Amino acid sequence: MKREQWGSRSGFILSAVGSAIGLGNIWRFPYMAYDNGGGAFLIPYFFALLTAGIPILILEFGIGHKMKGSAPLAFARINKKWEWLGWWQLAISFVISIYYVVIIAWAFNYIWFSLFQSWGAETITFFTENFLGLTASPSEFAGFRMPIVGTVFIVWAINFLVLFSGVKKGIELSNKIFMPILILLLLVLLIRSVSLPGAAQGLELLFKPDFSRILDARVWVAAYGQIFFSLSIAFGIMICYSSYLPEKSDIVNNAFITGFVNCGFSLLSGITVFGIIGFMMHQSGGALPAKLSGVFLAFATLPEAVNQLPVMQTVVGVLFFLSLVCAGMSSEISISETVVSGIMDKFSLSRKKVVTGYCLVAGLLSLVFTTGSGLLILDIVDHFINNFNIVFAGLIEVILLGWFFSLRTVKDHMHPISDFNVGVWWNFCIKVLTPIVLGVTAVQNLIGDIRTPYGDYSLAALATLGWGVWGAAIGLSLILSTVKWKQPV
Amino acid sequence: MTTGAVLMMIFGLSLTWGGAGVCIAIAIRKRDI
Repeated sequence: MKREQWGSRSGFILSAVGSAIGLGNIWRFPYMAYDNGGGAFLIPYFFALLTAGIPILILEFGIGHKMKGSAPLAFARINKKWEWLGWWQLAISFVISIYYVVIIAWAFNYIWFSLFQSWGAETITFFTENFLGLTASPSEFAGFRMPIVGTVFIVWAINFLVLFSGVKKGIELSNKIFMPILILLLLVLLIRSVSLPGAAQGLELLFKPDFSRILDARVWVAAYGQIFFSLSIAFGIMICYSSYLPEKSDIVNNAFITGFVNCGFSLLSGITVFGIIGFMMHQSGGALPAKLSGVFLAFATLPEAVNQLPVMQTVVGVLFFLSLVCAGMSSEISISETVVSGIMDKFSLSRKKVVTGYCLVAGLLSLVFTTGSGLLILDIVDHFINNFNIVFAGLIEVILLGWFFSLRTVKDHMHPISDFNVGVWWNFCIKVLTPIVLGVTAVQNLIGDIRTPYGDYSLAALATLGWGVWGAAIGLSLILSTVKWKQPV
Repeated sequence: MTTGAVLMMIFGLSLTWGGAGVCIAIAIRKRDI
């Protein structure tokens, strides 16, 4: 079967950027910067971008393009014994695609709520009780939340249509629509945000440098973590996307563009979010809002800010949640495509069959997150996916490719076709620096969770939804790697 | 805003969007994008 291809270089870059830019850029980066030294955080952050983010992007683009396959096929072509790592990365993508879709669905609902400011004065209560119907524990489902089920269906339908239409007419086209809209929405929101009274106070919080924090090792680990999570690396996406590049396509420069644009977007999001937070502080006489990151920033704090706006309340609300939908959709499409591509490669099945089956199965599983305990389940699964699955999969990837595979092979493949070359710094970053930082992060996460179990959840919930999902992902990967390929590897 | 905060904001925006601009310019010069 002939491999599909991108229609243009800009289409590939927009899709890669669309995958990297996600909800985390909007609701995670601003708080990370604020909490880790303000403006001073930018120094370790950019250091991490140049020494881990972009080097791994180059590596994944190079491997995907050279091996012409999804993560399992690419790893199997390097070494048959490494195929399981590709499946593990696909399993991570599969799990993320199931719950990520639900957050996009919430944003869809909130576009509607923005029209009437349906959340009222108590935005946290509205979000947790009226909207989510949040229960006390992950095992207490309390039935489906029908408005969320409805929008989850809509998000899966969009995802299905895009994936079904293929790489060029589906994924590339959708990103050529989503990304310009997203940038435009962000710019409008940014202008509105910085023109609000008190915005400068918020920007001061975000950018005022506390250089003493640079000596704190935890700030560096946080910076590497933020870069690592925000660039869609180590879960097979970039390997899959670059496998669709035509033969003579740039690799190195594309990775630099993707990395820089992703981080530039994070900064603009930070300015927008903290401009609004500054406005809220101005309104309340200096009090910082209670929730500054994650789902509560988006679905409780931002609606509260909308309530306080003097004019354009509806417009700002709609634009903000629409930007969440655009950022989320472009990432969700890439995550789903990674899994679809892997299954197509392994079993030589048509795109139409795999996409249909995938959307049905994953769509049904998504329904778990539309129940009253959906947010609690999502919180546990997301914590373990980020802190263990992605970090460990990334660590194993850089160790295997850095030490047990010739990086020279990748360079020899990339250099003749790229706009510019990479030097020995790249080998050093992949072989030494990134494994050390990821190794420290992995051990730190492991010890942290063993000493203090995550959240206030029961051990049974953590064992099944956290450690259990981790174990199941690895087990399934090992099983799939033993299944015979329908095509020659 | 203090000077330090303004400088760090300019530093961040210049490095990211400036870096992206330079790379895109190279891409345009070398081949079609």
